[in-house]
Amino acid sequence: MSETRSISLTVNGRAVAADVEVRLTLADFLRQNLRLTGTHLGCEHGVCGACTILLDGRSARSCLMLAVQANGHAITTVEGLAPNAEQMHPLQIAFQEQHALQCGFCTPGMLTTLTELLRDNPDPSAAQVREAISGNLCRCTGYNSIVDATLQAAKKLREGVPG
Amino acid sequence: MKVAPFHYHAPASKQEALDLLAHYEPEDARILAGGQSLIPMMAFRLARPGHLIDINRIPGLHGIDLRGDAIYIGAIARHAAFEKPIEPGPTGRLLADVAAAIGHAPIRSRGTFCGSLANADPASEWCMTATALGARMRIEKSGALRELEASEFFFGIMTTALEADEMLTGLTLPRLPADARHGFYETSRRAGDFALGAALAIYRLQDGRMQDARIVLAGAEPHPRRLADAEACLNGEVPSDAAFRAAAEAAANAIDPLTDGQVDAGLRCDIARAVCHRALLRSLA
Repeated sequence: MSETRSISLTVNGRAVAADVEVRLTLADFLRQNLRLTGTHLGCEHGVCGACTILLDGRSARSCLMLAVQANGHAITTVEGLAPNAEQMHPLQIAFQEQHALQCGFCTPGMLTTLTELLRDNPDPSAAQVREAISGNLCRCTGYNSIVDATLQAAKKLREGVPG
Repeated sequence: MKVAPFHYHAPASKQEALDLLAHYEPEDARILAGGQSLIPMMAFRLARPGHLIDINRIPGLHGIDLRGDAIYIGAIARHAAFEKPIEPGPTGRLLADVAAAIGHAPIRSRGTFCGSLANADPASEWCMTATALGARMRIEKSGALRELEASEFFFGIMTTALEADEMLTGLTLPRLPADARHGFYETSRRAGDFALGAALAIYRLQDGRMQDARIVLAGAEPHPRRLADAEACLNGEVPSDAAFRAAAEAAANAIDPLTDGQVDAGLRCDIARAVCHRALLRSLA
């Protein structure tokens, strides 16, 4: 049995149409069908946060959604955060400058989760940043540099400075 | 970690969803709401439903209706909808306090209030809240509607009064009176993890004394319930640390503690006592 459905959605601003197996998760659809492998899969049951994407602007676990459920919605993945090919998002620049990643596995989920945070709360405290990423596991950094990077990016964004 | 095959249905109306549920119930049809519990269980293949009935595209089920005497919450109202108070009164503030403790933002953006109740995890904050507020459940199947009080709805760990062909299509929450005070406290290993224990305490403050006290815990017992012995320690008393400690002690003594590999009965009772006391202290804030 491989029941399929036709879906059409927007991914990083681009219209996408595909036939998908109904049991395919959104995460696997992004990675396998669209080859957007920036979205990482760690636990595949909603705990590690690596697969976090933005669904109509709100953070969501792409491993806990079926691709067919994304029909008609707008998805943003880590590949869609940078404004263009030459320029990274201020959060990405701050992550680089503050050494907020080592292996990089958790980074896509961190960036999407923190993009939502800084949009909703442009001036978060360190405690609020820590709470925001409490659903994202990082085994390298000890989180301190991620918090530092987020606060740096928040400041730059508030000042209107790109990066 | 991939879900087993199933048949997928995306009905456009509640009636269509109930008809699908009635038709496919013998083949293990399940309602898919927020999916934050069902999809992980399917990924582990602890659940292998034959049919998923996705209710996310049914327009009438998303709303929260504040017009009536009681607050109506539809089957697809998500946790995130309660993060900011849905109304200025004490009920809106209580719901916002509790919502902040549920999972993480990406979970709250998808998971639903009614889905939490239908799933009935012992640690569920909304099951505790529905019990404390006296929620009235709307349970529908094709051609029939029944209503149950929260006290009649929860049977045990992840077990409710819902039959296989029934759906929790919504619920109503009676509003708290203007003189109601509440306190909520939860402890977990990390922010957003399942509660090791949580407490919700509500009382009315009349002429400086507590009346109509309600105390419910989460994560303490197989399902939430009002703890009458603890509530009796508050009614008629002036709010004080002594009264709060007496109620917390009564709560810890009243529970049939859940145990697991990390928390034995004694520790669970200690956690219950502490969260109950701290919730009551927060009622003064």
